[in-house]
Amino acid sequence: MTGTTDTRTTAAALALGDDALVLSHRLGEWAGSAPVLEEEVALANIALDLLGQARVLLSLAGDEDELAYLREERSFRNSQLVEQPNGDFAHTIARQLYFSTYQRLLYGQLASGDGPFAGLAAKAVKEVAYHQDHAEHWTLRLGDGTPESHRRMQRAVDALWRYTGELFQPVDGLDLDLSALDTAWLDSVTDTLGRATLTVPSGPRTGAWSAGAGRQGLHTESFGRMLAEMQHLHRSHPGATW
Amino acid sequence: MTTDGWPLWEVFVRSRRGLSHTHAGSLHAPDAEMALRNARDLYTRRSEGVSLWVVPSTEITASSPDEKDPFFEPAADKPYRHPTFYEIPEGVKHL
Repeated sequence: MTGTTDTRTTAAALALGDDALVLSHRLGEWAGSAPVLEEEVALANIALDLLGQARVLLSLAGDEDELAYLREERSFRNSQLVEQPNGDFAHTIARQLYFSTYQRLLYGQLASGDGPFAGLAAKAVKEVAYHQDHAEHWTLRLGDGTPESHRRMQRAVDALWRYTGELFQPVDGLDLDLSALDTAWLDSVTDTLGRATLTVPSGPRTGAWSAGAGRQGLHTESFGRMLAEMQHLHRSHPGATW
Repeated sequence: MTTDGWPLWEVFVRSRRGLSHTHAGSLHAPDAEMALRNARDLYTRRSEGVSLWVVPSTEITASSPDEKDPFFEPAADKPYRHPTFYEIPEGVKHL
């Protein structure tokens, strides 16, 4: 824990804000290509909730547009989980299950404190509760659905497992009980996977090479491409508005 | 995945306490719980409602256009059947 109160708040706002922004963009990529219209609207709604959170958080750290559109890849502080490509629908749901469960617990802790994020967290925790509920219901249906959906859902929860440990690495500026968060997260996810007839992945929850990586600005291969697409318009037409 | 195998659901939204549920539209969903969630996303995102019903479309029995006359025409010349002779007290909004 170093730095003044302001720089610590800025660092934490970037970490939380970038998580929300990047996941929002990933979910937005489903627009026009989701499996069914109803689900497309559901994913877009979740994306918009997250974008709203990102705007509040990034505004605490500086100019929201500059931060979103003009930073280089290495300056983003999001966890590697949220930048993972959408994959098939099962991957999107697994990513959402892991992240929403974490975010709900995180905002719950922040809302009960009196830090700079208490207000936002108290408001957003209701949104996030719905995101988690949505992901859980889909996990149950895909896991306990057809042999094909079961196989794909298991593949997705296995593939993303290695990115879940990073969520519980300390973030400068956030005074959290991380081990309590991690335990509650594991309980919740284990329960959902069990009810969905899925096996809790057994592999490590962080790669040896990746501990805390996203929060230090080290990102996975697909993130650069996502960022190029997200920033393209603003960089080509600075200041463009609707 | 397509919605071919998914049943159609009719959505009813109660916009405020004291009002009745009103038909808002329809949607596809694999089961009732998902239908309720889809309805929430499609029809109540802008605080339009305090309560939602979803009903399988196949469970609705509708009057047929052929029966329109016997169903709806006969009362037109009997104005005393219409509740138009009452003064509505001030303050009664939802009558």
